[in-house]
Amino acid sequence: MVEVQLWSGLRALVDGKSSVQVEAKTVGEVLTGLVKAYPALQGPIDAGVSVAVDGRIIASALNEPVHPDSEVVLMQRLKGG
Amino acid sequence: MALDGTKDTAFKYVGTTPERPDGFDKVTGRARFGADMIAPGMLFGSIVRSPHAHARIVKIDTSKAEALDGVKAVVTRADFSSALECKPGMDGEIWNTLENVMAGEKALYDGHAIAAVAATSNLIARDAAKLIEVEYEILPHVTDVDLAMADDAPVIREGVTDYSVPKGMHPNVVRCHDQGHGDVEAGFAEADLVIEDHFTTEATHQGYIEPNACVATLGADGKGEVWCSTQGHWNVQKVCAALLDLETSQLRVTASEIGGGFGGKTTVFVEPVALALSRKANKPVKMVMTRAEVFRATGPTASTSMDVKIGMKKDGTITAAKGVFRLQGGAFPGAPCEFTAMCAFAPYNLANVHQTGYDVMSNRPKQAAYRAPGSPMAAFAVESVIDELCNQLGLDPIDVRLKNASHEGTRASYGPKFERIGLVETLEEAKAHPHYSAPLAEGQGRGVSCGFWFNHGGETSVSMAMSEDGSAQIMVGTPDIGGSRASMALMAAEVLGIPYDTIRCTIADTASLGYNEISHGSRVTYASGLAVIKSANAIVKELCRRAAAKWDIDADAVIWEDGYAKPSGPNAGDFEPLHIAEITATMGATGGPINGHFEATPEGAGVSFATHIVDAEVDKETGATKVVRYTVVQDAGKAIHPTYVEGQYQGGAAQGIGWALNEEYIYGEDGRLQNAGFLDYRIPVASDLPMIDTVIVEVPNPGHPFGVRGVGETSICPPLAAIANAVSAAAGVRMRNLPMSPPRILAALDAKSG
Repeated sequence: MVEVQLWSGLRALVDGKSSVQVEAKTVGEVLTGLVKAYPALQGPIDAGVSVAVDGRIIASALNEPVHPDSEVVLMQRLKGG
Repeated sequence: MALDGTKDTAFKYVGTTPERPDGFDKVTGRARFGADMIAPGMLFGSIVRSPHAHARIVKIDTSKAEALDGVKAVVTRADFSSALECKPGMDGEIWNTLENVMAGEKALYDGHAIAAVAATSNLIARDAAKLIEVEYEILPHVTDVDLAMADDAPVIREGVTDYSVPKGMHPNVVRCHDQGHGDVEAGFAEADLVIEDHFTTEATHQGYIEPNACVATLGADGKGEVWCSTQGHWNVQKVCAALLDLETSQLRVTASEIGGGFGGKTTVFVEPVALALSRKANKPVKMVMTRAEVFRATGPTASTSMDVKIGMKKDGTITAAKGVFRLQGGAFPGAPCEFTAMCAFAPYNLANVHQTGYDVMSNRPKQAAYRAPGSPMAAFAVESVIDELCNQLGLDPIDVRLKNASHEGTRASYGPKFERIGLVETLEEAKAHPHYSAPLAEGQGRGVSCGFWFNHGGETSVSMAMSEDGSAQIMVGTPDIGGSRASMALMAAEVLGIPYDTIRCTIADTASLGYNEISHGSRVTYASGLAVIKSANAIVKELCRRAAAKWDIDADAVIWEDGYAKPSGPNAGDFEPLHIAEITATMGATGGPINGHFEATPEGAGVSFATHIVDAEVDKETGATKVVRYTVVQDAGKAIHPTYVEGQYQGGAAQGIGWALNEEYIYGEDGRLQNAGFLDYRIPVASDLPMIDTVIVEVPNPGHPFGVRGVGETSICPPLAAIANAVSAAAGVRMRNLPMSPPRILAALDAKSG
């Protein structure tokens, strides 16, 4: 299981939790696991998210690996000027 | 592709400063910008714009315009896709883009496009635009972010608020980002001093010198071409196709040379309108915005209203930090409230932190990205409060920042732990710089600030081809907005071992290369550069294979050194090294053309930090301010072309000086923009600026083979705060509202003297 930390604005959608555990070996599986556990997260994820894995911000690559001991943080999607 | 540790001290070309490849074209006038394209039979387009900040469009009568001799087409919203759907938050961004380039039921801001006309001359087109009669029902408007959140504010559009906004807020609040960790109230209780203050910044334009311009052709067969000034032509292709119900592949888009973008050319404005006119007229259509149109209808950055509270112990330890950031991004969702919130406290290692951002709609043009969107404003508020805490506690501002600085392993205020970062190094360099210890003259003040930006990777395709004479050409898909062609050539030269000036880098059009994300997020030197290195590696591998075949040895027994294939050692055989040109001269007969390519979404961009030092003086009689000394210290990871890196640092500081001291969108009571021109919207000119000194810190990014971090955006994060801290010290009064124009300085001085 991978523990996924959420930004506090999402807590209302996940029963007040600050993190959610999902079965995942990739960033893509993290996202599908989150929606499976909490369907209300579909909207925020569709609106655009990044996933930080061990400090590296994965902006879009769903195939990036995650490990059970990885630090995984859900973030807003990154872009820039 | 991880950092190649073996390259750290052994660069031959990377780190040198050869002449820029586009320099000759630009100084001789040979470079072709957006407005320089001419097509046979070309028409000229002009747009009718709303004079009202908020109005229902009752009727559009185009008959008189259509009857004018020389007019070939008139378009309104009915000529664009009807399949797109308005949705909450950013889900409806494609519809928002359409609504911005051509209004539907309502005019949402002064300058909003209502209709467009194409005619045989620019003059006829402009005359015809005046003949288009629009009947409006004027509605109440709001242009101020705080007023737009008030209970009695007119609603810009119902139903756009997304899941994130707390119940009870005004419908103009469309998104919210809330984040933090620890217990801020407990943290404030531990502090010896807590300061809470309110700050505002005004909307500023990216101020690119080249107005938005394009030439577009679209036939009845659904095939089209666009030539335009853009930061991302694949995005132009994708968005225009959606707005006009076209197959993406049938639209070929070429990026012209670009006279500045700074984030403002990451979207479309005139391109879909020109295509719609062309489709109707069956002729190419050229559109060039006037400067007034650029100001009224293309994206400035968001304006802000911010509250920041920070607690500090007497020894300088920050115990807690909290910020509320309200951003007005015009009549559409998209103000970068999440970035303002996430960047605000990123430089600091905080046990207790909480940040909230609100995206608020008002009757202003749709905001567009502007270098590190959202971050400079946050830094202004946060670094001003830290400065005031240092003043009141008698602490050195750099020592305090060093004491609290984020470093590798710190849990960032936005969630994850940092990889290797260079903030501490920038602070140490700033502290050691002669500027920091230089005496100040009477009436001068010194300010310091840190700044942070994420940087980005993004979808990237690169192709590279060898010529028979051993020279190389590179095709990238990221428009060159900051010298990237030079950087690409340097990185390819490093890998191939051939001189920089034997490599030509071209920005390919959308029909010639795979998809490339926009040149944004300071991503080009990082992501396109990484793809260039990988493409060059593929070519080297093939060159070695060809040499091995010639020598009849195993390919693994050949190494590549400084432009030559060589046997890897005595056991591989005794052969004279083969120069690259000897291999490419016969490539057609030894297996065919030698090319390399690479496609990926690199995900190791690496965040970056900067520390700025500013000296300013204030004339207390007139309120005039002058920046007298400026030093930028920033982590570049690895500077591929240090002169270009310095240029990015200086450019960020220069734009920051304008943002801090002069630039602002000024709206009248009628909701109309009062200063839509460079005479009244004053960007800094050379005589306003001091020499901007630069220090390039190089803490390699572990996510790039040469250690590159993006440098284009971080440089605009600290200036607002560093200048405000310097001006506040010089004036003897805390400046909380930007720009610090003479009237604002005098008002602050008057308020202080009572």
